[in-house]
Amino acid sequence: MSPRYGLRTFGLELVMIAAAVAFLFPVYALITMSLKDPRQIAESPLGLPTSPKTDNYANAWTRAEIGPALMNSTVITVVSLIGLIAIGSLAAYYLSRQATRLGYGMYMLFLLGIVLPFQLGMIPLFKLVDAAGLLGGYPGIILFYTGVQLPFTIFLYTGFVRALPADYANAALIDGAGHFRAFTQVVFPLLRPITGTVLILNAVFIWNDLLTPLLYLAGSTRETVPVRIFAFVGQYVSDNGLVFAGLVLASLPILAVFLVLQKYVIKGFASGLKG
Amino acid sequence: MTSTIGSATATKGAAPGPGAAARRRRRGRRFLTPPWWFAAPALAVYALVVLYPALAGMVYAFTDWNGLGERNFVGLDNFSRLFGDESARGSLLNTLLLTVAIVLVQNGIGLLLALGVHTRIKSRSVLRVVFFAPAVVSPVMVAFLWKYIYNPAPDAGLNGILGAVGLGGLRQDWLGDPGLALWSVAGMVIWQFAGYSMVIFLAGLEGVPAELHEAAMIDGAGRWQRFRHVTWPLLAPAVTINLMLSTIGGLKLFDQVYAATNGGPGYASETLSTVLYKQAFVFGNFGYSTAIALVLALFVAAVSMVQVYYLRGREVSG
Repeated sequence: MSPRYGLRTFGLELVMIAAAVAFLFPVYALITMSLKDPRQIAESPLGLPTSPKTDNYANAWTRAEIGPALMNSTVITVVSLIGLIAIGSLAAYYLSRQATRLGYGMYMLFLLGIVLPFQLGMIPLFKLVDAAGLLGGYPGIILFYTGVQLPFTIFLYTGFVRALPADYANAALIDGAGHFRAFTQVVFPLLRPITGTVLILNAVFIWNDLLTPLLYLAGSTRETVPVRIFAFVGQYVSDNGLVFAGLVLASLPILAVFLVLQKYVIKGFASGLKG
Repeated sequence: MTSTIGSATATKGAAPGPGAAARRRRRGRRFLTPPWWFAAPALAVYALVVLYPALAGMVYAFTDWNGLGERNFVGLDNFSRLFGDESARGSLLNTLLLTVAIVLVQNGIGLLLALGVHTRIKSRSVLRVVFFAPAVVSPVMVAFLWKYIYNPAPDAGLNGILGAVGLGGLRQDWLGDPGLALWSVAGMVIWQFAGYSMVIFLAGLEGVPAELHEAAMIDGAGRWQRFRHVTWPLLAPAVTINLMLSTIGGLKLFDQVYAATNGGPGYASETLSTVLYKQAFVFGNFGYSTAIALVLALFVAAVSMVQVYYLRGREVSG
């Protein structure tokens, strides 16, 4: 880091801002297009919209049926996150306080899940979910996300717990609390920073996933936002303004969550690095 | 915040008491270890959703199952079919090319961005958020957006920009040209995830002690020398994680290809993931599809093992 803000730093600032502007061009195209009608798009594909049309948004909202899809995505994401955080933090706590070979082996078994491509188990699992009568509903897909994201969740939690002094939990145990109570009332609150990271990274993955809901939910009333948008884009492929308004609407919720929690995301990577 | 907790415990743990006290503490710790059933719910869900299906997939890979009829063992037939079929072989090559391009360019740009925003520039916190934001948006949305950026029309999207800045000669049919489609997909993925690499490099850069830089500066080291001999070695853990994540991500890439080109034109941008998806859910060749998935899994496992072995070797402890 240079000691003070000199001419060199100013030059770097200009270069970085220029990079950001180039980087943001697709976003500019997205937003300006979403405010044009087909005639304006044909006349000036890259210009600013002459008379911004907001009815693209109203039309996309109703025609893509984004309302119900938002509801489905929210239920699936929130319940999966609760499951992941509950059983993931509990398991990671056990694994990081367990110095035996069994504990280490179990940890490695979980880490294997980060490397293993889900495609390998995709068909057997699909058959399993089908046989259990869970296609087209919430429980099957929630179970899927909880299982598939456990390795990453446990990886993040374990790295964090290892750096946490055991004294707090031990004090509670000596005071007569059971292990479960010591965990829920003493240890879990101390995990808040990493829980924030686990929350946002898993939320991004679950909210954005296309393939699984396409397999498990397509055609049902439980379709998620990416599945709705996928169908919507196919249907209105010629009306770019409408399609782009749909893309903006579908991306806003996760972007809003990111902007609120972005500090956790960026810090969380640092603790993941140590793990 | 997390880093202070980490270093505080590290110092405490590094100073063990005398023998008797350590023994007592060890016995005490065993008494205070949480019970095994803390891991049971996670293990049950993980076994059901990940382990069992993966094992079953390995078995299916040696059968001719079509999803309905009976399963007959066919030995290595699926694998010889994969390596004999020209389009499948092409998808194998495409997957590798795509992964190499993504790993090199995404991490290169990510490192430059990280070095840029890890300075005194005033816009650094805004720029961090701007560069990382595309990574939180669904890859499918990004693919649809980039389908427009790659519009073949001469005055729209990227072609329009090239024309406007006087580089009209570079206009291309980005996704329609078989020689170009794969690289266009790579460009889109790199745009989306360069900020992701940046954030991991940033976390690494923040772990480089400022005193080391000052010491090197006093010794007369220039900018490049300081980067080469101070920053780079200490950045090794970040490099390891970035290379692993982008390699695994590149090898498994599905959503972006499926939504942007669906493997086309022809088979020009087909990857292992899109081929195995089509074999399973379009043609009903479940056995063949899981064989492709097994090849993919072996690729990912081999590459990550080599990377862990090779890269961990050059890491130094900060």
